Amino acid sequence: MNPIAEVFSQRTTAGQLAFIPFVTAGDPDLSVTTRVITELAHAGADLIEVGFPYSDPIADGPVIQASYTRALNNKIKLVDIFAAVESLKGQVKPPLLAMVSYAIIFRHGPQAFVDHAVKAGFSGLIVPDLPGDEAAEFAKLVDAADLALIQLVAPTTPAERMKKILEQASGFVYCIAVAGTTGAREALPGDLAAMLKSLRATTTLPLAVGFGLSRPDQIRALHGLANGGIVGSALVKHLEAATNAESTVVAVQRIAAAARELALAAHGK
Amino acid sequence: MTVSIASPATSQVPDLEGRFGEFGRRFVPETLMYALEQLTTEYHKAQRDPKFQQQLDGLLRTFVGRPNPLYFAERLTKMCGGAQIYLKREDLNHTGAHKINNTIGQTLLTLRMGKTRVIAETGAGQHGVATATACARFGLPCVVYMGEEDVRRQKLNVFIMKTMGAEVRPVTSGSRTLRDAINEAMRDWMASVADTHYIIGSVVGPHPFPMMVRDFQAVIGREARAQCLEETGRLPDEVVACVGGGSNSAGMFYPFVEDKTVALTGIEAGGRSSEPGQHASTLSYGAKGVLHGSYSYVLQDEDGQTADVHSISAGLDYPGVGPEHSYWKDTGRVQYVAIRDQEALDTMQLVARTEGIIPALESSHAMAYALRRAKERAKTDVIVVCLSGRGDKDLNEVARLTNQTI
Repeated sequence: MNPIAEVFSQRTTAGQLAFIPFVTAGDPDLSVTTRVITELAHAGADLIEVGFPYSDPIADGPVIQASYTRALNNKIKLVDIFAAVESLKGQVKPPLLAMVSYAIIFRHGPQAFVDHAVKAGFSGLIVPDLPGDEAAEFAKLVDAADLALIQLVAPTTPAERMKKILEQASGFVYCIAVAGTTGAREALPGDLAAMLKSLRATTTLPLAVGFGLSRPDQIRALHGLANGGIVGSALVKHLEAATNAESTVVAVQRIAAAARELALAAHGK
Repeated sequence: MTVSIASPATSQVPDLEGRFGEFGRRFVPETLMYALEQLTTEYHKAQRDPKFQQQLDGLLRTFVGRPNPLYFAERLTKMCGGAQIYLKREDLNHTGAHKINNTIGQTLLTLRMGKTRVIAETGAGQHGVATATACARFGLPCVVYMGEEDVRRQKLNVFIMKTMGAEVRPVTSGSRTLRDAINEAMRDWMASVADTHYIIGSVVGPHPFPMMVRDFQAVIGREARAQCLEETGRLPDEVVACVGGGSNSAGMFYPFVEDKTVALTGIEAGGRSSEPGQHASTLSYGAKGVLHGSYSYVLQDEDGQTADVHSISAGLDYPGVGPEHSYWKDTGRVQYVAIRDQEALDTMQLVARTEGIIPALESSHAMAYALRRAKERAKTDVIVVCLSGRGDKDLNEVARLTNQTI
């Protein structure tokens, strides 16, 4: 069984949600990133999204944009990200997902990117600016390498389109909770439950909800509606204060503490 | 191994998926896909609706001041001693540039779609001013995103936008210039797509924008082509226009694409040198890649991170280019040439003194190349240049660069 499917299957059977945190590779540097990934795994993460910094991230709100900028200011390179992730092989249990812009994949060469992702030990890719309509060719390469290409569904996606997207989806369906960019929201929209119910009726794939989630109560509210919750900005924002060795230790501790609470909310019934 | 032979360029592009040859398409978050579908459908309907075309033509005539003249630059022609130089006077439009051709069209579409709010990005401020103007004309609320760096450099345009009732939001992310303003407008649109239309200012972005903006700007080339036939009894030998994102040049070139005897030349910002970061010549020095939702030539590093660019002209200071230009480059239909800062600056002053017209620094790049070419061409040849905008907005910067005070 694909490692992503296995994670969801175990949690769902136990009546739990998968907890999926996000971290930016190279913010502020890759040694911190590998520490954060290790801490997230200990805190109970079921899958971990590793964000590849990009200079022009359209789908991201201010917190993740700033995090990408910090990493790029430190001259982060793709080859170093792959090497750092590879160094975690066998040490971190949760499957890793690369969150990466198609601008980066295309420039690197789609086949080369897939090869490097496999070698580094990634289990799947999330490409937020590669909508289903444009994904067919790349999906073949990803599929041939036994990686999952996670498809996204938005509150603005009409029912007809949703069906087409689900036909080529694998791993899980990334359900965008809010029309807008990534980043914490005080409240999630009321029609989220309706969207999840209609998705649930259309696909057997696990549903993971992201964009806007930051608190344990927001994760708890997903029980019975989805199979997983994704939290990014609320964790990444702790790294804003990581400007020296001391403040970095504190930031990593805060991320670990926040992740433990979120994991508890996901794994409680 | 297969050898691909590029087929000649046609004006029958893009296809239904927004492909100009291999270029274009849609690389945007799923959240925006529905709005793009809706816009494409509405635009095709509007194209077939005689009432829409009538309303657009009426506004272009009475509000924008079209048709603007094709002017014979007699003294420049004499000075060069070669081909006859004609200028398509987009600088005489209301708001002083070609940008308003597009914003009037897209504002009418906004109303057709029943959307009640408009957002736009702007670099030098010309597109922001043209959008604010069209929105004021129709009573639509308008938010313009502008890099903090550009807000500082283009105070007058910021004030004009505010006077027209628009809200100008300074963008503090990334390089704080045009490309970040586009990112920020797209992010706003992600959250506001249900009631808001994004009036993009150039032939860039995801389908249908490159096609739609080209179509609204093609009035430039249609008029110039007819005027040239009427004035000179023939088609021009060469048509020249500057290329940043590429909207005035796309509009100028498109009606000539099938006229195989007409050479088309796009002029990019050569900046200070051909070193990375010192220019904005995407087609001359860039590679194929994805930026702002579209696949085209782009200036990036080897990891796909967008490169820094430089030009004396804020309107050409962009690391990407419209996908149709990439198609024209690869099919060989249009030649692209880089002109450096200094030559554009010198040409602006030369044109001002010789013809009594102050071209924008953007248009001065095209003028500089046209003057070079005129010298090489026969006296019977005709060169038509798109004078895309007037230079008033640049005079503070020109004074600074030439050590003068205003």
